[in-house]
Amino acid sequence: MKRDNFLFRVFDLYWDGFRRMTLGRTLWAIILIKLFVIFVVLKLFFFPNFLKTHADGDEAGFVATQILNPK
Amino acid sequence: MTNLLLNIDAGTIDWSRAQFALTAIYHWLFVPLTLGLALIMGIMETCYYRKTKAFERGETNRDVVDFWRTTTKFWQRLFGINFAMGVATGIILEFEFGTNWSNYSWFVGDIFGAPLAIEGIVAFFMESTFVAVMYFGWNKVSRGFHLASTWLTGLGATISAWWILVANAWMQYPVGCQFNPDTMRNEMVSFMEVALSPFAVSKFCHTITSAWIIGAVFCVGVSCWYLLKKRETKMAVESMKIGAMVGLIASVLAAATGHKSAQDVAEVQPMKLAAMEALYNGGTDVGLTAVAWVNPFCQPDYQNETEAPLKLDMPYALSFMATNNPHGYVPGINDILNGYTTPDGKVEPSIDEKIEMGKQAIEALAAYRQAKSEGADDATLSPLLSTLNENMKYFGYGYVKDKTQVVPYVPVNFWAFRIMVGLGCVFILYFALIIILTYKIPFVTIFTRRLLAAIGLLPETEADGYEITRLPAWHYWLAIVLIPLGYIASESGWLVAEFGRQPWTIQDMLPTWVAVSDLNAGSVALTFILFLILFTTMLAVEISIMLKQIKKGPQL
Repeated sequence: MKRDNFLFRVFDLYWDGFRRMTLGRTLWAIILIKLFVIFVVLKLFFFPNFLKTHADGDEAGFVATQILNPK
Repeated sequence: MTNLLLNIDAGTIDWSRAQFALTAIYHWLFVPLTLGLALIMGIMETCYYRKTKAFERGETNRDVVDFWRTTTKFWQRLFGINFAMGVATGIILEFEFGTNWSNYSWFVGDIFGAPLAIEGIVAFFMESTFVAVMYFGWNKVSRGFHLASTWLTGLGATISAWWILVANAWMQYPVGCQFNPDTMRNEMVSFMEVALSPFAVSKFCHTITSAWIIGAVFCVGVSCWYLLKKRETKMAVESMKIGAMVGLIASVLAAATGHKSAQDVAEVQPMKLAAMEALYNGGTDVGLTAVAWVNPFCQPDYQNETEAPLKLDMPYALSFMATNNPHGYVPGINDILNGYTTPDGKVEPSIDEKIEMGKQAIEALAAYRQAKSEGADDATLSPLLSTLNENMKYFGYGYVKDKTQVVPYVPVNFWAFRIMVGLGCVFILYFALIIILTYKIPFVTIFTRRLLAAIGLLPETEADGYEITRLPAWHYWLAIVLIPLGYIASESGWLVAEFGRQPWTIQDMLPTWVAVSDLNAGSVALTFILFLILFTTMLAVEISIMLKQIKKGPQL
């Protein structure tokens, strides 16, 4: 691929940018840990979709029951 | 919130509210600094770009160009730390919608989902593209394209904020929708009405300008730390000039947009305004409370007291703030509870009447769904649908057992509003002073310095100079202290906006106790504690990295 090719320049921008990072490495590490905690730990174990797990596919009916007969 | 220790429904509501508040407040620590620093680093890079052009024309030297490049990169580095730490903290709010507030999530339908989806796409594509060019593109793309990328990074963040605030504004002022009793969802009938709701426009303008203030106090505060340490003085002084100018313009704009926001609140959420002002009984020619004793720890006896104790007000100011007319009518809490008629003849029903209308809507909805399930014809369904649509506006009142349930907690609103406005006034004065001291304005700067010396705020030896780097240390400390105060003002604004609309998750249509999922309070309490630990750790990490980079200075 020629070096003045647009796609190569885009690739080079990211490749070279990531390669030369200093503080960025720490920040990316924090971002990845954070994303893991948020999407894997919190979402999977603590934040299920309440309607999907309780409504058996009839979300409208379930919410109607909840809203029209509140505790 | 008095039910946190209960393992019953009331506990679930309060823990869910507390968890949402914790997450939103934490998320809001990062957003305003991102928006504010985006503007400041954009201005800095524009200075760099202009100096480069001037250098090419032979009008300035290489050192000046290098100085602005280094300064721009320094503020971009601090922006990057804040940006990285704030990434995805808002997504947790969406998890909470799906788990803790499932009835609400279903009830709002796509009206809430559409702006959030647009926000996600804009944030991902625009910010991720231009942030990469901004950080990796030095020496790789043209200076013009790099400058454009820096501004577009800020614009992307600002557009994201727009869609989030559109979603929030809809909860406060639900427009452009129609409730569908078959799907139990509100359906969007006018995208433009939702996207350009006047409430959203005011909210956006006020929020963005307040975020610029945070960027400005941060910029001035960090610069003053360097002056205190007697290092990076050129960068500190030039940054202070830009920060103070942004801060003054933003503070004045925040005051103006705040005035417009208050009018919107007076129009569609009069109870919030009454709570903000601890206005028990309204009327015309109403003054804005400057000082009053509202006990921060208990709801006042608004039904029996005529007004808050020790009240001192600015005559006509509240009427003007709410209606643009010093003689305008502003209802108090009791007026709203009992119903009122404005001087121009507009009749507002009492809460008891609204409760009746809400009950009719709920009964009509229940009867409609029952009839529909039994295969009833249109002749049976039509009148039920009419009753529902006529009273849908007050649907949520049907769940209100006691009319005092619709009064938000007055102390939080009253004091948070005063903290926000009070600090806003401090910022206007402070930034104006910094501008006078740093910009060397003929006559004005020397006059102000002599005045400060005369009242003992500046040494006599400094009264006739223009030097900003030899001020007494407490001047610089004051700027540093203003950084947390800026956040307190900003979070106070959030408290007013969100506490003031209680108990409604959707104004007049869905109270918190109906919106919440049927969860065990203990499980919500557990995730609240998990978040508290997670957020505190992440905040400590961010502050630690930020301080380390500030101490390191602009040189890499």
